[in-house]
This record gives sequence, structure tokens and C-alpha cells, in this order.
Amino acid sequence: MLRVEHVDAGYGDVQVLWDVSFHVAENEFVVLVGANGAGKSTIMRTISSMVPISGGQVLFQGQRLDRVAPYRIVEHGIAHVPEARQLFPEMTVAENLELGSLKGGAKTQRKQTMEWVFELFPRLRERRKQLAGTMSGGEQQMCAIARGLMSKPKLIMFDEPSLGLSPLLTQEIFRLALKIHKEGITILMVEQNVKQTLGICDRAYVLENGKIVLEGKGKELLENEQVKQAFLGI
Amino acid sequence: MEMFIQTLVAGILIGGVYALIGIGMTLIMGVMRIINLAHGQLMMVAMYITFVLYQFLNIDPYFALLVAPPALFLIGAAIQRYLLNPLIKIESIIPENQVLMTVGIGIVLTETIRFMFSSDYKSVKTSYSTATFNIGAISWNVPMVVAFILAVVLTASLFFFLLKTDVGKSVRATAQNKDAAMIMGINAEWITQLTYGLGAAMAAAGGTLLLPIYYLFPDVGGPFTLKAFIITILGGLGSAVGAIMGGLVLGVAESLGATYISMALKDAIGMVIFLLVLVFLPGGLKQLTKV
Ligand SMILES: Nc1ncnc2c1ncn2[C@@H]1O[C@H](COP(=O)(O)OP(=O)(O)OP(=O)(O)O)[C@@H](O)[C@H]1O
Ligand SMILES: [Mg+2]
Repeated sequence: MLRVEHVDAGYGDVQVLWDVSFHVAENEFVVLVGANGAGKSTIMRTISSMVPISGGQVLFQGQRLDRVAPYRIVEHGIAHVPEARQLFPEMTVAENLELGSLKGGAKTQRKQTMEWVFELFPRLRERRKQLAGTMSGGEQQMCAIARGLMSKPKLIMFDEPSLGLSPLLTQEIFRLALKIHKEGITILMVEQNVKQTLGICDRAYVLENGKIVLEGKGKELLENEQVKQAFLGI
Repeated sequence: MEMFIQTLVAGILIGGVYALIGIGMTLIMGVMRIINLAHGQLMMVAMYITFVLYQFLNIDPYFALLVAPPALFLIGAAIQRYLLNPLIKIESIIPENQVLMTVGIGIVLTETIRFMFSSDYKSVKTSYSTATFNIGAISWNVPMVVAFILAVVLTASLFFFLLKTDVGKSVRATAQNKDAAMIMGINAEWITQLTYGLGAAMAAAGGTLLLPIYYLFPDVGGPFTLKAFIITILGGLGSAVGAIMGGLVLGVAESLGATYISMALKDAIGMVIFLLVLVFLPGGLKQLTKV
């Protein structure tokens, strides 16, 4: 479904990604792990076309994304739930959700989709008139995920959804991610909670200094010595 | 007492038009984070369009409301697209180079108009320019009342647009988080053109509404850029509600100053308020209204 092939990318003169290749098949749950500054967010931003690539290509359902304008990516069926939520703080929860469904079919089915996300996140229904910036971190993360779902994506990308959340809320977010996955949405997730995410995902990649260094089934990587040493502190 | 109320009424009426002009600048400030220092000059161009329509085609200034603001919308959108947006892509030692560009645009507009119309004072003297009616002992100037009402209607329409439509929400979203807006599928560059166009159109509407009562000359823009700037600061950079309050405060203060202090010091009053706000209420009225 998504193929990232030999991608080089960076900011200005600084190259961050080096010959990165990976793929996500339809209905897969793929996780990307790596240390701080490894380039995980940059990968997501290249898929979203927010960071231009200097080599290689990004393909989604056979179409090249790397030459598409960033605001067009959502029309291809990709939702990006960015790092640190990036909500519209001075707008209500409902308005944030509406802004997730500006295009095409998502727009015409806005009401139904909103019902669906309210069922996934009952908390948001209660808070729908509240300004997004005044909600708790956990609520904001739910709002960010819900806003991504409002575009009725085929692929949803989560960038560190557990950032700043308590272990309990983190569990809750992962449980919801699995639920979303069960509804037939493909997931690409970046996470620091390596142990938990490797446990629930189908496949995972390990990124180190902008290069993919390991790939495998989640449970296999949990047993991998390198992973154990680098991320699990064993 | 009567004179006080009369002064207050005049101040509120003109304040409504100031608010309209100020909201235009505030909108641009909110989305692009720049002070549009060509704002009054764009208003001036709209006034000349209204003047030409009246002088040569005998079109009433109120009818010109259907012409001048749309024309300025297009001019504004083109300015954003061809003159301001290209600057964002250039890394510069001066991050404010867009603001400097608006200063340049203002000068070019003023001098172009001077070249076409000379520096002479012009005016549009309609049959109703000096018409008044009385309620009790207070006299109301008809074109000012009309200007105020239309300014309120236009402001309300803008609020409806910003609060209730998808495109309006996209404008606010872009102002609050541009990257997230793009992820949502919002063409941020297009939004900046729309916003600058709308801001220019608001200024244009204000200018057209003022024309039946004001004299017109190429340098009329500068003082209005300053007024809009004061209103934007007064309102708390980027707050539309604050800008309405700011416009009314400025209108009333000028009016009171002209009556009780000196007509000649009218414009200085605005600067005094400006300084007082910066010193005592640096966040503007937004600090009080919270929106
Ligand atoms: N806008 C930017 N301009 C310049 N350099 C950047 C920019 N964003 C990220 N970088 C650099 O690119 C590298 C990778 O950053 P990235 O955000 O992709 O890391 P990450 O793996 O997501 O880290 P984290 O786990 O901390 O979120 C870092 O060295 C960072 O400093
Ligand atoms: Mg990151």
C-alpha cells in the first residue's frame, strides 16, 4: 500500500534520512522505533510531503506522493496525527473535527463520521464545545486522533501518540489504535514505548541515525538482542 | 451634557467604520503574522475608485460598495500572491521583509494615484452628504449613520464567514497552526491570498463608506494605516472582537479629544492611547475580553 523507496531527505543542507526503504501493506499495523532524533518524525513528514525528498520515491497505492503538494496528501486517503498533537487550540473540539473532514466524501459524510468517532471517544462528545487548547493532554491526543479519523483515511500515521501521557492513558491509546486497526484502517505508528508497541503491531522497523537498521515481526524484534540492548535496557 | 452625548454618538459612528478597517488589518495580522502597512493606502485606492465612479459615471458611493471592495479583494490577493508570498521562500537576515514590502506597496500606490489624480483634494458631494435628522436634542448625520449600519452588517457577515463556514474555519485554522492546517488538506498559500484580499476589501468598504463625508487626497492612506495599526494593537494582535472594541475606543477618543481638547490634536489622541495601551495593557483589549 505504502512504499518508501531509497528516500534521502533533510532540512536545508542537513541530511537526516539516508536511503530509507520500508513498506506498509494493506491492513497492516507497522511500527517505527528509534532513539530521539533518529528521524522518525521526518519520515512521517516526508510521507505527508511536508519535507521534500532529495532522492528516492514515496509511493501510495502505486501513485507517487513526493511530488504532491502537502495539502493534497489527505485526498489520497492518508491521515497524519502529528507529534505533540498540533490541534487548533482556539477552536472547539467539534471545529477541530470538522477541519479533519474538509475534502470529498469525508465532507459529505461528516455527520456520520463524527458519530463514529464520538463512539470511539465518548469523552470528546462531552467536550465537543470546549476549546481544544484547554483540554488535558490525554483528551487532546484523543482529539488529534479523532481529527485524523474524520478524513476517513485508508492509512493513518500516528507520531508518538503516547507523548506525555500516563501509563494508563498510554494503554488506552494503544487499545484504541488496535480498535481502529480492526475497523480496517492501516496503521503506521512511531513510538518510544518500544515494548508495548512491538507487542501489538504486525511488523516493525528500527531506525538509527536516519537509517533503517532492522526489520521484522513485532514479537521477533522483542527477542532481538540489539533491540533489547538499545531500547529495553536488558 | 448634550454636547457630550453628541460627541459620543459621533465617535461611536465613526468608530464603527474604524473597526471595519481595523478588522481587515487584524485578519491579515492573525493569519500572516505581519502588520500590513499598506492598509490605509489600499483603502485610499478604493476611495479613488468610488470617486471615479461617482465623478465620471454618476454612480452613487453606496452602489460603489459592490465595485470597490471586490476590486480591492483582487488587488489584495494579487499582492499576496505575487509580492508577499515569494518573500517567505527567501531566507533573509530580516524576517520582517514582508512588512517592509507592504511599506513599499503603500508608497507605490500613493505615488501612482498622485500621478493619475494630482495631489488636489477631491470630494464626493452627494445630495445626502450633509443631511441630518434629530432624535431628541441629538443630531445624527445621515451618511455616518448609514456607514455605521453597513459597517456593522459587513462585520457581522465576516464573523459569520469565519465562524460558520468551512473556508472561514480554514482561515482560522491556518492562523492557529499552519502545518496542521496543511495536513487537514488546507491550501495555506491560497488561504493567505484569500485573507489579504478580504482584509483589503474590508479596508475598501470602510473607505467607500467614508467618502461622502471625507475629503480625498493621495496621502489620506497614511493616517488610516496608523489608525488601523493602533486598532490592531489595541485589540490585541489578531483578535477580531478586540479590533471592534479598539475601533470604537479610537473613534470615541478622537471625537472627545476634538471637542474638548483641540481639533488639531485629534490624531495625536490616537497615539496617546496607543502608548498607554502598550504600557498598561500590552496584550490589548484581548487581555480583557479573552477572545
Ligand atoms: N525543522 C527542522 N529543521 C532542521 N532540522 C530539523 C528539523 N526538524 C528536525 N530536524 C532534525 O532532524 C533530525 C531528526 O528529527 P526528527 O524529528 O525526525 O527525529 P525523531 O526521530 O522524530 O525524534 P523524537 O523521538 O525526539 O521525536 C534531528 O537531528 C533534528 O534536529
Ligand atoms: Mg519525532
